[in-house]
Amino acid sequence: MALEKPYKDVPGTTIFDAEESRKGYWLNQFCMSLMKADNRARFKAGERAYLDEWPMSEAQKQAVLARDLNRCIALGGNIYFLAKIGATDGKSFQQMAGSMTGMSEEAYRDMMLRGGRPVEGNRYKHEWEKK
Amino acid sequence: MTARVTASVYTSHVPAIGAALDFGKSHEPYWQKVFGGYEFSRRWLQENTPDAVFLVYNDHANAFSLEMIPTFAIGTAAQFAVADEGWGPRPVPGVTGHPELASHIAQAVIQDDFDLTIVNKMDVDHGLTVPLSLMCGQPQAWPCPVIPFAVNVVQYPVPSGRRCFRLGQAIRRAIASYDEPLKVQIWGTGGMSHQLQGPRAGLINREWDNRFLDRLIADPAGLAEVPHIEYVREAGSEGIELVMWLIARGAMGDLAGGAPPRVAHRFYHVPASNTAVGHLILENPQ
Repeated sequence: MALEKPYKDVPGTTIFDAEESRKGYWLNQFCMSLMKADNRARFKAGERAYLDEWPMSEAQKQAVLARDLNRCIALGGNIYFLAKIGATDGKSFQQMAGSMTGMSEEAYRDMMLRGGRPVEGNRYKHEWEKK
Repeated sequence: MTARVTASVYTSHVPAIGAALDFGKSHEPYWQKVFGGYEFSRRWLQENTPDAVFLVYNDHANAFSLEMIPTFAIGTAAQFAVADEGWGPRPVPGVTGHPELASHIAQAVIQDDFDLTIVNKMDVDHGLTVPLSLMCGQPQAWPCPVIPFAVNVVQYPVPSGRRCFRLGQAIRRAIASYDEPLKVQIWGTGGMSHQLQGPRAGLINREWDNRFLDRLIADPAGLAEVPHIEYVREAGSEGIELVMWLIARGAMGDLAGGAPPRVAHRFYHVPASNTAVGHLILENPQ
């Protein structure tokens, strides 16, 4: 029997479940390595060489090099792990979250100041498909 | 005389709040709106300093990578270091544990059918230190021992609200069977509505959050039945952290035949960075 995953119907959202975790294991473990200052320095000195030390897929490496967080998540990355890349780059969590929305940093910050993204129209995938 | 739960505290644990304090930005108007909601709480904690805080939080891929993912982990060590989450460790005091009470709770709760992971070495991240900062300001040392209790809310499925609520009740029983007259507070942290990932990032649901606060106070058993999907859909993918508040609420005396708790303080504000900030203090009547 297939597992029930009702969260697949939430738009613009990837729930990091056991399947995603399996896909993203090495991508996320690479991110964990950036918790050590020495590793952050080595990564910054040569990103491609550092990534090549990890058994990640080429697509995962390209997504990291491009800092494409949506792509990283599609390939099994989890935001709390990916945040280590942002920290290494000196980005705040708000800058990272905003970068995934297609909005400018300023527009995202203003949206949060106005009370955030409303839930109306953002509950189900079919609500986004109509747009 | 045995130990008892005197009060429960609920608060968001947004990392940017810690950064605002650490980098001296707490006086800025943006942050004053957050910290202003905790002025009462800091006075309250000074007047009601417990002998130990049982602090329910989640680790954010700091102590636990994908190598091991415990659903419930209790810190039984004497000391816990502050994690380097990638920005360098927060400049806050290390955390002193309460190994005697923690190991007592671990034994009692496991015998009560909850499978805890016992952790004797663990760095603690912003999930634990930001609530301490909000409640204590910037002291040289935290005012009392803290038992870290980490809940997996990173990799789905996280524990259900119902299971968290029942676990809180088991923790209350465990504390009440500890043979020393300690005053213990239980804190539930995380939330409220927020989503940090994907094109839907930035979601906030003020109405749902306030309904959650209402029900946490007056109808916790009903609230505990809310399924995960409602948290995700209504409060954002990271709003799921709110299940941890049900652990603290489950430990209150009214669920064991006592009187309803007194609401000492309630606060709600949007935004802190990407997140809605919620905060409650509930006291058990003497």
